[in-house]
This record gives sequence, structure tokens and C-alpha cells, in this order.
Amino acid sequence: MTELAAAGALPKPKRDILPVLLPVILALAMAPLIGSGSSWVTLTVASLAMGMMIFIMASGLTLVFGLMDVLNFGHGAFIAVGAYVATLVLLPLAPYVQADSLLTNLAVLAPAALLSMAVSGALGLVVERVLILPVYGQHLKQILMTTGGLIVAEQALYALWGPQIIPLPLPTSLRGSFIIGDIAIAKYRLLAMLVGLVVFAGIQLVLNRTKIGLLIRAGVENREMVEALGYRIRRLFLGVFMVGSGLAGLGGVMWALYREQVHASMGNDLTVLVFIVVIIGGLGSIGGCFIGALLVAMVANYGGFLVPKLALVSNILLMVAILMWRPRGLYAVTSR
Amino acid sequence: MTDLLSLAGVHTHVGRYHILQGIDFGVAEGQTTMLLGRNGAGKTSTLRTIMGLWQASAGQISLDGQRIERSATPDIARLGVGYVPESMAVFSDLSVKENLVLAARDGPLDDARLDWIFGFFPALRRFWLSRAGALSGGQKQMLSIARAIVEPRKLLLIDEPTKGLAPAIVVALIECLAEIKRRGATILMVEQNFHAAQELGDTVLVMDNGKIVHRGEMALLALDVALQERLLGLSLETHQ
Ligand SMILES: Nc1ncnc2c1ncn2[C@@H]1O[C@H](COP(=O)(O)OP(=O)(O)O)[C@@H](O)[C@H]1O
Ligand SMILES: [Mg+2]
Repeated sequence: MTELAAAGALPKPKRDILPVLLPVILALAMAPLIGSGSSWVTLTVASLAMGMMIFIMASGLTLVFGLMDVLNFGHGAFIAVGAYVATLVLLPLAPYVQADSLLTNLAVLAPAALLSMAVSGALGLVVERVLILPVYGQHLKQILMTTGGLIVAEQALYALWGPQIIPLPLPTSLRGSFIIGDIAIAKYRLLAMLVGLVVFAGIQLVLNRTKIGLLIRAGVENREMVEALGYRIRRLFLGVFMVGSGLAGLGGVMWALYREQVHASMGNDLTVLVFIVVIIGGLGSIGGCFIGALLVAMVANYGGFLVPKLALVSNILLMVAILMWRPRGLYAVTSR
Repeated sequence: MTDLLSLAGVHTHVGRYHILQGIDFGVAEGQTTMLLGRNGAGKTSTLRTIMGLWQASAGQISLDGQRIERSATPDIARLGVGYVPESMAVFSDLSVKENLVLAARDGPLDDARLDWIFGFFPALRRFWLSRAGALSGGQKQMLSIARAIVEPRKLLLIDEPTKGLAPAIVVALIECLAEIKRRGATILMVEQNFHAAQELGDTVLVMDNGKIVHRGEMALLALDVALQERLLGLSLETHQ
């Protein structure tokens, strides 16, 4: 037994912080190019806010893939459904949305967001049981089923709400900016950042401090072994799928308010975006997803400012660059 | 002596491969049964089939009188089976502690039992909060075994625990398994290291090409060098 004791000191676990530094480096590198300090602050805040919203939308997708290898090309449907459901609350209660009181605004915004999450989460339950359960382990069929699901959802939204764009004005107290010197910081962007941070912290807390979270992390690495320890991973997966769908719904509400409009095509558009984020981050990694979302948003904002023509391809370029550096994404999840 | 585990006419197909071709054997309660055989004989497949990770295409598997060949892996585990896979399968992103917290599914970690485990594997105490991925191969094997015994289990399935480990660690591991055995555990263990098999085994099964080709007392096989060579061939010399 002495040999075991003499096994020597453990190599200090290397924390891979390079990806974490990436957004910081990018932001600092952009400062001289952008020139004006106030523009840089505005763009950086816009990037952070947009990044947080994208993270909220993408977080469920990365865990769903990490845990069960499920490719859900219909994730955007939960985003769009979330946005539409919010209009059910926010449009009839427009007077409260227009009232110039933060408390009144939040009193309608919060239930709208919760309802959206609940409906998207419930839809997640149905989708998992009906579309995904029958095609576990078959990627091609998953892509076909979920892409089909997205088309059906989009058409259903058109049928229910019509093809027109629905305006969704920001609540009055969230309009405008805080002005500090010559720097303007949009209030809604601050709120979006705050919500994004809360969601990120919440996910980290669950993943690191609860047994369910440990099971999710263990399952992402080796689901067979989680089952061999006696845990029913399918049930765990269903829970993750529902929470991920609910978060996508929340992201949808936030995105719709950010754009101040709702349209059924947003599901489709955002599916591409969140997939890029999830791939950049490393399929299955929440931390990678967070950084990936920030990077995508930064490239969109800084890039849009500096080289507007690049906007259409900037995400793809970013993805290619990251994958050339790290072929499995920023944080490759082990044993996959 | 009653059999805690028994297999009767078990076949396993993986894709279009017919891997287990009619396996019959019993594992007596309180005994250590060694499963030997050359690479590719089907030893790992046998453990995987018992564990439900691959579903038997024919035959019966009973654990403690209950049929399990159609059961899902988590249900089989919950009947009291601890599994130490060939790959060890520690959760490298989790700490040593977190690995054991998950393995203790019936409640919080039991301190007395942990002390007992730390007695064999002091390294686990030392690296309690370290990432399991940073452990050495031997330490990962210790963690994998600790996971299987962190709560009392009826049956332990252990796949090649000494594989790839330094000789000094192998000696310590054999001591530990012998102690687990003295505590009355029922073990079905795959082992290529004949020395380890001889130290620990009560009975022995030898597999080849997906079938059991020999069964008997471990002590008798240990004495019969000619039989060893016939059954196990070169694998003995290379793994001595
Ligand atoms: N995933 C798999 N798919 C197809 N064949 C497999 C797979 N795993 C193992 N086999 C085959 O099954 C046979 C038995 O393998 P295994 O049980 O791992 O043998 P052992 O553990 O005795 O070395 C081998 O011929 C091997 O090639
Ligand atoms: Mg094997």
C-alpha cells in the first residue's frame, strides 16, 4: 500500500484560460481601430448584451447535444414560440408596458417571460417525446425530424398570428440610455446583461453544486457509466431538454424586445446563429458556449461598425478561425 | 453454495456481429470468479451484457433469483451491481469526491466506509478535491474501484483492473481486492494477469470465440501449466 501513498504530487491541473481571454483581447484590440472611446464603449456594451441573449438561447442546445448526442435543428422554434407567447401578455397589457414606471413595466414583463418559458418548456416536453425519442442515436433522422419540426412550428405561427411582423415596443422605462459623459449605455442592454449573467450563474451553480448538475456533467462525458451507476439518464435528459427549451423561450422574448418586433422567421434565423455558437464553444461545454456567444456578438457589432459589408459572413469566418485553432471548439468536451 | 448470478444460453449480437455464442455459467455467492481468455474472446462483452449495456439477443440472466436480461442498465445497477469497466470511465471533469458522491446513490457518503476505502487507496484522500482527469492511471483505477464499493453491493463486475498499471501498483491493487473479497463480496472479474487471477480467484472460467471453453477451480488451473498454455496460449507469457 505504501507504493500507492508514494504516488507523488498531482500535477497541478492546468486551467485553460486562453479562451476566456479571447473576448477581452478582441475588445482591447478593437479599441484603436474604432478610434472613438465612446463608440467603443457603446459597441462593447451592445456586444455583451447581445452575447448574453444568444447565450441564453444556445445554452440548452449545447447541453442537449453534450448529454445525448442529439442534434436539434429545431431549437429556434422554442425561441420563436417564446417571443410570440410574450406578445399574448404584452400586447393586451400595453398600457402597463407604456406606463412610465419601472415597477409597473416589470410587473408585466416578468409574467410574460415566465409564461414564455413555461410554454416553450412544455413544448420541449412534447418535442422530446414525439420527435426525438424515436430517433435516439441516429443523427440524420434527428436532423430531418427537428428541421421538419421547425418548419411546422413556423407555419403554425404564421397560421395563428398571420405573416406580418408584430411590433413589440420596449417598456417605457427600459427605453433610452444612461448617459455618462459622452458615453451612452442603453438601459435595455444593461438589463439583458444582468439577466444573462443571472442565467449563466444559475446554470453554473446547478452544474457545480447539485447532484443533478454533477450527473449532467458526468453524463456529458460518459453516459453509459452514469447509467451503470444506476441513474436513468433519459429522464435527466428530458429535464435538461425542457429547461433548455424554456431558456430558449426566454431568449426569444429578450431578443424580440431588443429588436422590438416578432416574426416567425426569427426561429430559423437564430437557429443558425446558436449552432455556430455551440460549435465554436465546443459541443457540450457551457463555458465555451458563453464565450462563443460573446465572440459572435462582438464580431457582429465591431465588424458591423468597421466593415459593414462583412456582416453576412463574419460569423462563418469566426467559426472557421476558431475551428482552425481548436478543431473541437474552444473547450472540447472529453471522450467525445 | 447458491449462485448469485447465473447465465444460461446467452447470446449477444452487436450490429451484425455474433459476439457471445451461448454462454452458461454461475457465479457463487461470496466467491471470486475469474473470467480469462485471450484478447477478443468476449470477456468484456460478457460483463457488458450482464450490465445491460448490450442487450442479450437470446438466453437468460438471473441475479439473486430475478431475471435481468431485459432490464435497463440503471435498474440492473440498482439491484446491487457495481461495475468497474475496462476503460475505468472515471468522470475526468469531476473531482474525486464528486465521482464518489455520484456513486453513492442511496445517500450521503458514509465516513466509516470512506476511511476503509482510503485505507487501501490513500491517494484518493490526498487528491479528494482534485479533478479525476489529473490522476495517474493507477489512481484512476483506484477511483473506479472505489466507486463500485463506496456502498455495499451484492455483486462486483471488474474488468481487467491491473491492465497497464506499474507492477508495484498491481501488487497493492491485488491486496485491496483480496481485502474486499475477505469482506464477503461476490466478484466476477476479468483478468489477463495470471498471477493476479491466481491470487484472487476461487473458480475460473476461460472464454474463447464467444464461448466458455473451460470451467473449474482456479487452484487446479494454476497447477496445470499444460492446460494453461492450451487455453490461454501466448497471452500468459505476454501478460505475466
Ligand atoms: N462495439 C463493438 N462492435 C462490434 N464488435 C465488437 C465491439 N466491441 C467488441 N467487439 C468484438 O467482440 C469480440 C469480443 O470483444 P471483447 O468482449 O472486448 O473481448 P475481450 O474483452 O475478451 O478482449 C471481439 O471480436 C471484438 O472485436
Ligand atoms: Mg476486454
